[in-house]
Formats: sequence, structure tokens, C-alpha cells
Amino acid sequence: MSAQHQELHESSVVVRFAGDSGDGVQLMGTQFVSATALAGSDFATFPDYPAEIRAPAGTTFGVSAYQINLGAGPITTAGDAPQMLVAFNPAALKVSLPLIADGAAIIVNTTSFTKRGLSKAGYDEDPRSDGSLDGYQLIEVDVTRLTLETVKPFGLSKSDAGRCKNFWALGLVQWMFGLSLEAIEHWINTKFARKESVREANLAALRAGNAYGETAALAAAVPQLDVRKARFEPGEYRGVRGGEALALGLAASGELADRPIVFCSYPITPASPLLHQLARLGKLGVGVFQAEDEIAAVCAAIGASFGGAIGVTSSSGPGIALKTEAIGLAINAELPLLVIDSQRGGPSTGLPTKTEQSDLYQAVYGRNADAPLPVVAARSPSDCFDVAIEAARIALRHMTPVFVLTDGYLANAAEPWLIPDMNVYEPIEVNKLASKPAKDVQTAVFERDPKTFGRPWVSPGMPGLMHRIGGLEKDIQTGHISYEAENHQAMSQLRADKVRSVAQFIPDQDVAVGPAQGAVAVVGWGSTYGALYQAVRRIARLNDCVSHIHIRHINPFPRNLGDLLGRFERIVVPEMNMGQLSTLLRDKLGVQVVPFNKVTGQPFLIQEVVDFVLDQLADVTGEESRPRIVSGEPQ
Amino acid sequence: MSAQLTARDYTTSQEVRWCPGCGDYAILKTMTRFLADVGAERENTVFISGIGCSSRFPYYVETYGFHTIHGRAPAVATGLKLANPELDIWVVTGDGDGLSIGANHLLHALRRNISLKILLFNNEIYGLTKGQYSPTSRIGTKSPSSPGGSFDAPVSPGLYALGSGARFIARAIDVDRNGLAGVLAAAHRYEGGAFVEIFQNCIVYNEDVFESFAGREHAVERQVHVRHGEPLVFAADNSKGLRFDTATMALEVIDAHERADEVLVHDETNATLAQLLLAMEAPEMPVALGVVYRVEDETFESAFYDNHPTRFKRTGTVADALRNTNTWTVT
Repeated sequence: MSAQHQELHESSVVVRFAGDSGDGVQLMGTQFVSATALAGSDFATFPDYPAEIRAPAGTTFGVSAYQINLGAGPITTAGDAPQMLVAFNPAALKVSLPLIADGAAIIVNTTSFTKRGLSKAGYDEDPRSDGSLDGYQLIEVDVTRLTLETVKPFGLSKSDAGRCKNFWALGLVQWMFGLSLEAIEHWINTKFARKESVREANLAALRAGNAYGETAALAAAVPQLDVRKARFEPGEYRGVRGGEALALGLAASGELADRPIVFCSYPITPASPLLHQLARLGKLGVGVFQAEDEIAAVCAAIGASFGGAIGVTSSSGPGIALKTEAIGLAINAELPLLVIDSQRGGPSTGLPTKTEQSDLYQAVYGRNADAPLPVVAARSPSDCFDVAIEAARIALRHMTPVFVLTDGYLANAAEPWLIPDMNVYEPIEVNKLASKPAKDVQTAVFERDPKTFGRPWVSPGMPGLMHRIGGLEKDIQTGHISYEAENHQAMSQLRADKVRSVAQFIPDQDVAVGPAQGAVAVVGWGSTYGALYQAVRRIARLNDCVSHIHIRHINPFPRNLGDLLGRFERIVVPEMNMGQLSTLLRDKLGVQVVPFNKVTGQPFLIQEVVDFVLDQLADVTGEESRPRIVSGEPQ
Repeated sequence: MSAQLTARDYTTSQEVRWCPGCGDYAILKTMTRFLADVGAERENTVFISGIGCSSRFPYYVETYGFHTIHGRAPAVATGLKLANPELDIWVVTGDGDGLSIGANHLLHALRRNISLKILLFNNEIYGLTKGQYSPTSRIGTKSPSSPGGSFDAPVSPGLYALGSGARFIARAIDVDRNGLAGVLAAAHRYEGGAFVEIFQNCIVYNEDVFESFAGREHAVERQVHVRHGEPLVFAADNSKGLRFDTATMALEVIDAHERADEVLVHDETNATLAQLLLAMEAPEMPVALGVVYRVEDETFESAFYDNHPTRFKRTGTVADALRNTNTWTVT
């Protein structure tokens, strides 16, 4: 969330592109977003793609979609129900139809509505003629055929020619929104600089789709939409996806600490975009190591941290599970380490491409023995930048591994971002040790700061400071191996105190929307921010006793969180899991909460949160009926 | 400064906790003496280990050390080497640590040719967990987990290393001070990843398992100390030699005096010969010791730095990178 939350909705439109995995829908979406951003709209996106790279063409499980909410803002989610759908084939229509708003405009690519295409999608009847599209504005366009005709002069193979249809469709959509083609043309020119025929064909397709809108409009077949510009705080903006912001935030941590970043990872969905992003940030002092497996990745990151670099590892739930033992090693060795968890649906392989917030237990509790560590969670794509810096700051100050929780939705979702001013970030201090400590070196290396419990960061290569670290329990004073009963008690306490001490250095919990006391507090964490924020804002227009509190520091909680929650009659906790923050709040703060759990692999809709919270509010206030707030008010 | 150090300067104050008579003592002693002999810079030397008896090693060497978790030492060492390629890193592992739980990491460290000196103490048994058979235990090994004798086919560490793409493979016996020191020196000098198998006697759970070639009365007849460019001869008066039998595609022992011109000359760059030498087992054949295989190749860490756009230096600013995309200004 980057736009200032100063104005109410003026207008916004939710658009969904859907097609086969190979139709270029994701590219179409990102290009559309860059054009809308340049035109001054606020936006939020949701790429929704299948686990299969190229599922059999035309099947419902191979449908890849990209949803964009754009308009005056502030926009914090990709929108509940699309008001416009572009469906490249019958399967895309079938999958998307339950999601879209009544009366939505549906552009279908009629070329693919053949008998075979319909049957692959599982349609017995053509939905265009059996009445199932009544109540929508159906716009039939022969996209593939028109594209092939357009690009014929460029001599592409049939498959290459067909691939231009996303740009043809994009040209049409650009016209409908009155958006310039310039940025997209620039992208095509750069991307295909060395493939002249492909470049020319895509440009031609884009312009032809655009011109089609112009022509068809004469027959009033295609609607034109006027999306208002957002009111942004003045400044320089860019679009950013969560993965990008996280990568830049990690690089910024290295810059602020003046240490290299060694990023060690093993590819896994949906965490891999971070690996790809960081591989391109070498100039910022980032080194990327693609390890042989998840365990090697975390271990190499720990080795790098021992060597004085900021070791970072990244994965998704199943991979994080494999790293667990090594994370315990970093706790015991008192080394900094960042563990980035891009959560996905589970358990086991689960839903690799679908989003979920179900690794909270794993992050907070999921290790052998008493092995506490700090956990922070990002709430929006751009917030990933600050969260990465915050995590590194904690890791180096307290000499501990830190979990960063993000998820598949955040990693791929995009929004406009007021580019941060690096000068406002404090440098990240590194705990140092003099080269000739007065004490025995092993003892000096484990002499901890009384406030942070962080020890000096001493690395091989430093003269005179040779010492040994490891996974065995060590003496609290001397740092040598110790199996003494009392010592282990003291060290376990120290590890708990260390994590607890983080609370002294983090800001108090704020209230995102609403008063600091009242009837209902909607408490969330992570990527549900946008939906909860909008839901509470909608309610707040009618009722000022509902508030939204969004927690970044999951472990430890901010010091005032217990007091703050105590000022509300009811605490509602919507989460994309079966109630993990709910457990944590009960465990750490002893508060009673009402969970609201959604584990469909899809983000919360604003409306479903509104409905749930209003029911809770009615229950608290004892009112039988509650006001009906519908979605799309002045959207 | 470091030139004047003695073995004692490379020894920590920690009480050594191996069983009395364990082969690890001999290895430790040879190692600290070797470090003193070459004047190793203590601040630039690191010992990294996993879990097991051998993995206690770092606690006893006055350098930097990291006792990590089971099987993962090569991975931790890889990260450290990338962060600071100037370091001399020794990985100490065992047959369980390196070839069971950590075999994957060993394979990848070797195929990458990252400059880690990996010492695998092979005692063909799990010592620290009290004597279960290991992946190098011979079939029929009686242990608490195989009271009727093990039936797992063992892996050959040397052949595993060769198959993994190791560029340097050497072998030594724990108590053979000269042989071991020579192998350590060669591994230390070698620019790249080195794999050293050390036959190490577990006095408690697998005593004398290497007796058939390491025992004093068998050493002469059943050890061939290989040297690049020299004939592969052994036994008293170098009376026996190794010959390649083209009919069986195998090595055979011949009379080295009578058939001197048929004796193979050791070529450490020949992977086929290395495979034949590493496969030899006592008592049927002599056991090959010394540097069996060594070829020059680019190291992973140098490739890592060479392929990094800025040799892993910070040359750009985040402020610039933030703007390295389409931006727009709102006034």
C-alpha cells in the first residue's frame, strides 16, 4: 500500500485476464499494469496461475489468470469481483465466471470456442447460446483469427504468430481504458530488439487490437471506461512486486550494514522469484548461490554469516521444514541469518501456486527444543522492502536468525510505490570486538550485550580472535562446550530473553483504521492487510467502533499489543489458515479471539470480511439486524 | 610470525574426548604438526565438521572452527568459502556423516570443485551412536542394529568421490604419520577441492577392521604408495608391481623385477587408472595410498567471482537500483 490513505474511493475497476498457461496472460497483465501506472492510476494485482508450466491446452486446470484493480484508490487489494473479463478460451471463461461481478463485460476469444474447445473445458453446450451469460455484457471477438491475419506479413511460424494474440487483446483493452500504447511499444522494442520479425509482429498486433476498438466502437459494441487518476502523495513512483521489493530490501540491508549479502537458495514455488531478482543485483554486493537442496542452502547461508556476510536463505513451507535443524544451529551458534518464507498452501506439496498463511506455527514454534527466534511479516508488496531491512537489523543487533514471512500472493502481486529515500534509513550497526580482547578469546566472543543479548560478530580472517562455535550447548560465560545442568537452564533462559528483548527495539503496535478502543478489533498479519483495511474502512463509514490492527512483529509482539487488544470487546482474527495467529494471541497474550479462517488458496474478498465483521459487531452490540454494506460502493 | 609456531600453538586448551587409543588422536597430532610445519596462518584457517566422533576435531585445533550439524559441513563450508575465498578451509567428516546423511553435500562439493580440503575419517562404523554399521561397513558386520550381520552393500569412499567428479583424491592411514602428512601437504597445496580418505581405527566398535593392510605385518605386502610418474610397485625390495591386464580390463599383481617393463607407471591425471587403483581391496590386492588422482581445473569460488558482474564488490547504490525501472513523478 503506497498511496496515501487520504481519500475515499472515487472509482476503480477490476479487470481479469484469463487464458491458457501458454497464452501470455501474465505478460499481458504486467504490461497493462505498467501502462495504468504511467497514466496515474493506483493499482493492485493478483497473478493466479496453475502449478503446471504448460498444462494441456484448453483445460480448466491449465487456466492462468491475472487480476488487476485499478483506479483512483487507495487500492489495497486486487478487487473482489472483476467487472471486466478477457477470456481467451472456454476453460478460462468457465473458471472465471463464478468470480466476476453481475453485469460484467466479458470479452471472449471466439476463435477458441470450437466444439473441441468447449468439450475440453467440460461444456456440453456453448455458454454463449445457452443463456448462462445472460446478465453479462458479452463481447465476442475473433482474437486469434484477427491476430493471425495481422501478423501474416511478418512470416512467423503459426505458433509464433498465434502467440501475438495477447498483445492484440492488450491493444484492445488499452483502447477501452483510453491508455497510451507508448510504454508497451517501448517494452516490445527492447525485449525483441534482436528479433525483428517477432518485434514487428507484436507491435502490429498491439496496434491492430487498438484500432479494432476504435472501429468496433462505432457499432457501440465495446465499452469505453474512464478510470480516474489516483491522488498520490507527490514524489517519484515505480511499480513493484513483492519479490522485487524484498530483493531490493535485502540489498539495502547489505548497504546499510556495509556487508555483502550471500543469498543461498534452492528453487521452489513461489519463492523462486526472489532468487531470480537477487541474481540480477550483483552490483549491490549480492552474491547468489543456488544450492543442491534446501538444507545446503540454509547451511551455506550460515557459513556465509560465520564469514561475516549477511547470510540469507529463502524457500516456501516444505523447504523451510527441511531447513529447520540448521536454523536451530544458527540460534545455538548465535549467528545472524535471514530465513525468508514465501508461504503457500499445504501441508506437504499442497497447493504450490496458491497463497496461504499457514507457516506461522512453523516460524514461531517449528523447531526441535526451545528454539525461539524473531518473526516479522510483510503486509504488502512494497512493505517487503522495509520488512527485509527490519529483519536484518534485528538479526545483526541480536545475533539471531530472523524469519521473514511473505506469501505467494505478496511475492507476485504488484502496486505503485513511492520510491523510498535511502537517506532516511539508519545504518545497521554491527557488533564488534577489539582485536585484542582482555579476556580469553572464546569468552570474549560470547560476551553478550546486556540489552540485546547479541554477541560480537567475529569471523575467520580476523587476527587473534580464533574461536570455535557449534551446535553443542556451551558455557554461558566461557563459550566452551558445557553439559552442566544449571548452565543449560541459564542458556535456555538467555535464548528466550534474547528474543523477548527485541520488543524493546520495535515500535508500538499502531491501529491501521479506526479508534484505539471500541467494540471490535479486526486483527491480521501479512498479506491480508489490503482486504482487512478496505473492509474496516467500509464499515467505519457507518460505525466508528470497529478498528483494524495489523501486526508486523509476530514474535515478539509489540509491547503494547496486549493492552491495545484489551480495549476492544471482541477481537476478530481473519487469516488464510486454520487459526494460527489466533493461537498465538491466546498463547502469548491470553486474549480470547474469534477466528475467521479461509484456506481456499485465494486471498480474502473485502466483502466476506465485511460480512463476517458485521455479524460479530451485531453480536457484540446486541443488535438483531445489521446494516447491509455491499461491495462496489462508489467503485 | 606464524613461521615460529609449533604444533602446540595449534592446539586448544580443550580436553580431548576421544576414546583412549582412537585413531583420531594420531590424525590430530599429525595435523597440528603439519600446520606448524607449513606455518599455516591460524586466523585464516578454519576447521568445519558435522556430527560424529571425527567431527569433534575443530574443538581441538587453535584456528577458527565450526562444529555444525550432521552431514552438512560441506554446505556450511561452501557458504564460508564464498563469503571469504582467502580462507583455508578443512572439512572433517566421517563415513556416516559424509557418506550417509551428508553424501549429497559431499557429492556436490566435489563436483563443484570448491576449494575445501575434505578429510573423511573412515572407520566403517558409527562410533558416537554406539556401534551401528555404517555405509562403509562390510557385509556381515555385526553391530547392535545388525546382530545377525549387516546386509547393506558398502560404498567405497574413493570411488564415490571419483564418481562425484572430485579432481583430487588421496588416501592415508591414521597412524602412518609420514603418509598422512604427505597427503595433507598435497591437499593443502592443491588449488581446488581435495578429498582425502583416512583409514581410521575405531578401537571400541570396529577394532582392527583395516588390519589386513594397515597392520604392521601386512603393511609392506598390502600397501602400494602411489607417486605420480613412478612405477606402481610395492612389497619388499619393490618386488611386486601392478599391471593392466587388457584381457580382463583389470589390474593384476606381477613380479616387478622379472617383468619390470610391464609395470604400470602412476599417472595421477588418469581417471581410469584412479578408478582401478581405488577399487583395489586387501587381502586380494594391495590398497592404494597417497595421491591417487589429481587434475587441474577451475575452482568454484573463482568461477563464482569471475561470473559475478562486479566480482562480488558493491559498486552500485540501492538508490539507483530503485529507479532502474519505469518511474513516474507525481507533483
